[in-house]
Amino acid sequence: MISLPHLASLPVTPGQLTGLLAILTIVLMNISRGRVWYHLPSWEHAFGLVGLSLLVDGQYLGLVDAPREAMMGETGRIMYVHVPSAWLTMVVFLFTCIFAVAFLLTGKRVFDLLVESTTEVGIVLSILLQATGMLFAKPTWGVYWDWDPRLVSTTVMMLSFMGVLSLRAALDDADRRATWTSVGAILATTSMGVTYMSVRWWRSIHQMQSSPDTVAKPMVLILRINAFAFLFLSVWLIARRWRIADAQARMDEAPPLPPEVTV
Amino acid sequence: MSPHAQRRLFAIGALVIAAGAFAWLSQASMSQDLVYYWSPTELLSKGDAAKGATVRIMGLVEKGSVDWKPNEQTLVFRVTDGSKQVTIEGKGAPPQMFREGIGVVVEGEMGPDGIFRSHEVLVKHNNEYKPPVAGMPPADMSKTLVTEGS
Repeated sequence: MISLPHLASLPVTPGQLTGLLAILTIVLMNISRGRVWYHLPSWEHAFGLVGLSLLVDGQYLGLVDAPREAMMGETGRIMYVHVPSAWLTMVVFLFTCIFAVAFLLTGKRVFDLLVESTTEVGIVLSILLQATGMLFAKPTWGVYWDWDPRLVSTTVMMLSFMGVLSLRAALDDADRRATWTSVGAILATTSMGVTYMSVRWWRSIHQMQSSPDTVAKPMVLILRINAFAFLFLSVWLIARRWRIADAQARMDEAPPLPPEVTV
Repeated sequence: MSPHAQRRLFAIGALVIAAGAFAWLSQASMSQDLVYYWSPTELLSKGDAAKGATVRIMGLVEKGSVDWKPNEQTLVFRVTDGSKQVTIEGKGAPPQMFREGIGVVVEGEMGPDGIFRSHEVLVKHNNEYKPPVAGMPPADMSKTLVTEGS
């Protein structure tokens, strides 16, 4: 067994190193193209940098510093990925709903594009949630999957938001597409609430929500660091996705190119 | 109707439907018709009617009741919900976390002899995450866990 030193005893943490390397890479890329800071980097990259650094340190803490769990042993460490993905899936889908309501009330395009971006990022997070959940379940419960209220409701939630994207892809008219995406997103949010409440409403193999009272202090801190890492990275991904959607929308709106002149 | 007013109507409509569905589900969930598992008390209260049907029961593994024969690969133990016990008999090794005092969900069927034949044993972890206490023998680790309600 290789035993790595605890994070606090390291002169430079892996996260700080990652952050420095990332900044250095950005600078070098700009210099190599003959222009230092050709334009100011987008604000969301700051979120990406902080998120990545927090993630590297948070995962180091989870894998090395955190005590092993009394019942689950080393397997319990997967919770430092599983629990933050669950929290952020909920937070991101909640914002999908908020942006959908905001779009329907104001009609501003930015909210429609944010509905699309948050839905996609939320789906990615929920896939990560399901994958880590299955890997967590096999050695602890004994199965990858079971027809359990929590597992089924999580899957329904994921499929509902995938349905919103299908609906969006099926509508050609920009106004109708935006309106129905938002309506679909608000309806899909019900499944998010049901997923959250499933362990309280129904009997499930999945435990109820943990709280700082049921989790040992050092574990709570490491969970929080990873949750913030996921939060920052989600903001970064949503903002990047929004920029793509924005560019696409501008392109769709632009007048058609004049017919090619043949000489 | 202006597009703006129409969209606002859509917003209100969608929110009402979403909230209504959520509220309805929160009430409907109180129904006991469809449950993921029964407690031993619920299973025994069905009497002969429950015999032969594939069901799941959940309870704690009773202390001192586990009889695992590695050579025959047979596992016999009792699950309890505090008031009633059911004897479980099955083939194959249980998941690693299986131990006395932990929650389990057992899928199987009640035999005519009153012994529950398991097809599958799942271990239910509660919402506590704690490091082991120094010097604690592995078999005692489960004692730090408070028994949870169903």
